Amino acid sequence: MEHTIPEKHYLNEATGWKSWLMTLDHKRIGILYMIMVMFSFFLGGVFALLLRWELISPDKILMGPEMYNQAFSLHGIIMIFLFIIPSIPAILGNFVMPLMIGAKDVAFPRLNLASWYIYVIGFCFAVYALFTGGIDTGWTFYTPYSNETTTAVIPILTAAFVLGFSSIFTGLNFIVTIHKLRAPGMTWFQLPLFVWAIYATALIQVLATPVLGITLALLMLERVVGIGIFDPAMGGDPVLFQHFFWFYSHPAVYIMILPGMGIISELIATFSHRRIFGYKFIAFSSLGIAFTGFLVWGHHMFVSGQSDLAAVIFSFLTFFVGIPSGIKILNWMATMYKGSISLDTPMLWALSFLILFSIGGFTGIVLGTLSIDVHLHDTYFVVSHFHYVMVGGTVMAIFGGLHYWWPKIWGRMYNETLARIAVVLIFVGFNVTFFVQFIMGTQGMPRRYYTYLPQFQGMHGFSSIGALIMGVGFLLIGIYLIHAIFKGKPAGPNPWRALTMEWETPSPPRAGNFEGAQRLTHGPYDYDKVVPENALKQYKTL
Amino acid sequence: MNQTTAHPAHLQHHFTDAHQQAESAKLGLWIFLLTEVLLFGGLFCFYAIYRSWNPDMFHNAHAFLNVWMGATNTVVLIVSSLTMALAIRSMQLGRRKHTIVFLSGTVFLACVFMVIKYFEYSHKIHLGQLPGKWYFFEGIAGTNPHIFFSAYFLMTGLHGFHVLGGIAVITWLIIKTSRGSFSPEYYTPIEMTGLYWHLVDLIWIFLFPLFYLIG
Ligand SMILES: [Cu+2]
Repeated sequence: MEHTIPEKHYLNEATGWKSWLMTLDHKRIGILYMIMVMFSFFLGGVFALLLRWELISPDKILMGPEMYNQAFSLHGIIMIFLFIIPSIPAILGNFVMPLMIGAKDVAFPRLNLASWYIYVIGFCFAVYALFTGGIDTGWTFYTPYSNETTTAVIPILTAAFVLGFSSIFTGLNFIVTIHKLRAPGMTWFQLPLFVWAIYATALIQVLATPVLGITLALLMLERVVGIGIFDPAMGGDPVLFQHFFWFYSHPAVYIMILPGMGIISELIATFSHRRIFGYKFIAFSSLGIAFTGFLVWGHHMFVSGQSDLAAVIFSFLTFFVGIPSGIKILNWMATMYKGSISLDTPMLWALSFLILFSIGGFTGIVLGTLSIDVHLHDTYFVVSHFHYVMVGGTVMAIFGGLHYWWPKIWGRMYNETLARIAVVLIFVGFNVTFFVQFIMGTQGMPRRYYTYLPQFQGMHGFSSIGALIMGVGFLLIGIYLIHAIFKGKPAGPNPWRALTMEWETPSPPRAGNFEGAQRLTHGPYDYDKVVPENALKQYKTL
Repeated sequence: MNQTTAHPAHLQHHFTDAHQQAESAKLGLWIFLLTEVLLFGGLFCFYAIYRSWNPDMFHNAHAFLNVWMGATNTVVLIVSSLTMALAIRSMQLGRRKHTIVFLSGTVFLACVFMVIKYFEYSHKIHLGQLPGKWYFFEGIAGTNPHIFFSAYFLMTGLHGFHVLGGIAVITWLIIKTSRGSFSPEYYTPIEMTGLYWHLVDLIWIFLFPLFYLIG
């Protein structure tokens, strides 16, 4: 069936740059975020490639040791604070979540736009730091070094501080939206699982980020005023900084992964054409992860000199995080079991997620084990684990989600063949890059080192080839996705034949989302009751 | 359907009715207050840790705070919370003039608080009872007394900024009220500012004994 782009939609109902920069439409704000966040991803990716390039040889190729310290710090800071934390909530959460619950917008549209501007201000501070001395503390800003280095610590702390507010406001907005703006008749257990995940994420954003804010503020005051709180020479305690920092930053890794898990729930259900298995388990495991995430921060500090008892308890509690994550994985597998699975591009991303995230999760249990961690601490094993969770998990989910909702966002479809090639490139490239890093880690290759022993030459070279493959893959994705915006074939309202509410709108949707009040006609995963068509609100009942 | 009754001026288009809008605003504000509690929570942690490490020094240093000024400020803030509550009550009853009087009273008391704080601060600065490396006072026994003053200035300082923020917002409310923006049907901003103001008051009620009344 041939589809056409509707005459009027949110992209053309208002025109001119002012209509974008002053927009209150959650969909346009999502796109504003997409531009900034994806540009940050590009920047962080360039730093990653430079690092891998340098690591091809233990000697100097591109940069000296000081530059190298700056490059890995900027890679980390950009990827964490500018890309991965805002990515899914701010882009897809903004665009899709209100549509999914049948709302006309988020609860506070002006606050939503303000969050974007705050993000841009934070971005500017980060770029300013980049050009005024850089930063060489790593993304963790550990004291006492962060208190002593002459690099641009204050601008980058300001950037992270400001970005934190953007994150808090987005979280606050989403919690209120999900509580108060659901379509009439939509109960909590009729919410799509992506919405549950966004909700759990928003709770962490709101509860953890203020602590990061005060921590960074204290560090700035320590540097500028010398208040003595983290300075051992003045009776302060540098380890206290680590406690404060990880009290935020461990929950923050769930800010990064939970929304990704939400996307995977949608993808698996849609492309298995099957009612999701264990809906309530998946929904509550998101809250379970959010809750346990607040109790485990000490597992980053096993060798910091915290008390042995604390270390044992933190190690034990860390294992508990594995339970809700495992529940999700098993429920997704059960959903696919005997489903009629179609292997469209988004599903390929979801399958990549399942494999890579499982490896990342299991190695997390390894690292959470106190005795093993003492051995593996600060080695490439940690680097690899983190990238398996964050890239193998979240980035796979982001791109799965982008490919899934791209036809909804722009009304047009991308080139499926190129898209499948890209998934394979990324999947292969990723494993080539990071799997050897597990091995290097167990053999004692320390992370953040500019040089290495000759025995690691082969594996570092192999890893760098993987990074290049990934680079090519992401470049390809950028090209065909942007091409699709202008030249793609019109997709129709429901190209994947999914049952969540965002597919009941034309692609692209109107500025106000729905005509009149949206009513609930079926649950988000009622594939055993109705078969959706790629047309507006057309279903065959089974 | 009559558009004007369905959508009064203060109702934004994406809400179905005024009730939904007011409920959303209130929930949003409660979450905001929660983030404030966590923000101060970090500092309370700071206080708890260093006091447990230096109990004697904290005890010796606290004697240099002026209990009477602190106590006066506590009373001032509690009364300002009362005037704030009365301002909301007056608007519920539609008495706009009373609302303006009570809001102005709240601003006045907040200013009194800040003036007293100013005298306390300038006295400390004069004596050199300052945070961290700026500390030059001699006469407090115990290790690292500057840490006590770091905590004192940080916590009362952050609280002071919240008082200043409150003054700004309540002044804006006075202007809006005198322009007739609020009515017994719509006074959400006053109510929400009231909640915020009570939290600011509450934080001071914790700060006062923690700094001025160390036993
Ligand atoms: Cu952690």
